[in-house]
Amino acid sequence: MEACRLAASDIACRRGDRLLFARLSLSLEGGEALQVAGANGIGKSSLIRILAGLLRPFEGKVEREGMIGLLDERPALDNDQPLGKALSFWTKLDGHEAPMGRLGLAALQDVPVRYLSTGQRKRAALARLISQQAPIWLLDEPLNGLDVDAVKLCEELVGEHCAAGGIAVIASHQPFTLKAMQTLSLAEHAL
Amino acid sequence: MIATLLKRDLGRFLPGTTSGGTLLPLLFFLAVAMLYPFAVGPNATLLAATGGGVIWVAALLAAILPLDRLLASDVHEGFFDQWALRGISEEVVVAVRLLAHWLSFGPFIMLAAIPASALVGIDGETLRIVELGLLAGTPGLAAIGIIIAAITVGLRSGGAALSGLLVIPLAVPLLIFGAGALSTGGDGGLALTAAISLLLVALAPFAGGAAIRAAREG
Repeated sequence: MEACRLAASDIACRRGDRLLFARLSLSLEGGEALQVAGANGIGKSSLIRILAGLLRPFEGKVEREGMIGLLDERPALDNDQPLGKALSFWTKLDGHEAPMGRLGLAALQDVPVRYLSTGQRKRAALARLISQQAPIWLLDEPLNGLDVDAVKLCEELVGEHCAAGGIAVIASHQPFTLKAMQTLSLAEHAL
Repeated sequence: MIATLLKRDLGRFLPGTTSGGTLLPLLFFLAVAMLYPFAVGPNATLLAATGGGVIWVAALLAAILPLDRLLASDVHEGFFDQWALRGISEEVVVAVRLLAHWLSFGPFIMLAAIPASALVGIDGETLRIVELGLLAGTPGLAAIGIIIAAITVGLRSGGAALSGLLVIPLAVPLLIFGAGALSTGGDGGLALTAAISLLLVALAPFAGGAAIRAAREG
C-alpha cells in the first residue's frame, strides 16, 4: 500500500453557534489505528468529516497524504438497483473488485438495495470501502447494525488494513477490538 | 469515469427506465397540448396563432417536473461525498447530470411536439420554428433546472415548490426569444435563444458545483 499520513493540528469544530471541541491534534502514520470515543452528539461524526476534508474546521488544519475512504451511515448505493449493480457502479469507478463472498453478500447480488437490512447495507458499504483500496479509512460508527459475526469480520478487516500499512480512524461509541489501537476521548477536548 | 457517471444518470432519468425515470413530463406536455383546444374553443385561427406559445409553456413546465429528483437524493445519500473523496469534482458530476437531464426530456419533447402541433393546429412552417426553438432552448431549460436543483438541495421539504417558483423568472428570457421567434418568424430570436442557452449551459456546472459544496458545509 502507498505511504500515507493523516495529521490534524489544533483543530476546532463549530456547528451552528456551538463549539463542539477545540485544540485537538492527532498524527497517524501508516499502520496505525485510532478509536475516537465519546458520547452521542459530542462531535465524532463532525471530526470524521473534518478529517475527510468534507467539512472545514473552525480553526486549525488537517494534512492528508493518500486517498480517503469514508464509511458513514449512508451507504451511497442506489436504492432501487440490485445490490450487484449498485456496487458495480463504484467498483467501475475505483477499478477494483469487491470481496462479496467474504462479506456474505454473494447471495444478495440480485436483491434491490432498499430491501436490505441495516446490517446488510453496512456490509455492502464495507464492500464499497474495500474495493476503493484507499490507504486512509475513516469509519463513522462502523459497527452499527452489525451482528456478532459481522462485528468480528469488520474488526478483522480493519486489522488487515492496518497490517497492510493503512491508517484507520474509527469513531464509535461501541467497543472496537483491535491490536495496538490508540484511543482519543473527545470528551477531553469538549467545551 | 464520465461514461460510468453518465450511464448511471441515464439509467435513472430516461423515461421508461426501471429506476424512477418516468414518462410523466412527456405525458404532462402532451396533456397540455391536448386540453388547450378544449379550453379556448375550436377557433382555428386563434389556435394556430397561440399554439406555438402553448407548446413552449408546456415544454417549460415539463422540464420543471423532475427537478426534485435531479440532485437532492445524491447529496442526502452521500454520493457527492464519496465522489469528492475520489477526486471527482462536483462540477464534473453536475455537467454530466446536465447532459443526462437534457437527454431525458429534450429530444422527447421535440418528438412530442409533432403530435402536439397537430392537436393545437399549427402549420408546418410554424412547427419548424417551434422545433428549432426547442432545440436551441431546451438545453437552457435543463441548465436552469440543474442550477435551481443545486441551490435548493439543502432544503429538506418544500424544495420542489420553491424550485418551481425560482425557475419561472430565469426562464423568461428563453421564452421571450424562443416563443418570440414564432411571431417575428426571424432567425434572430432563435439565435438569441441559442446564445442564452449556451451561456446557461456553460454556467450551470460551476454554479451547481458551488451550491452543492455550500450545502455540504451547512
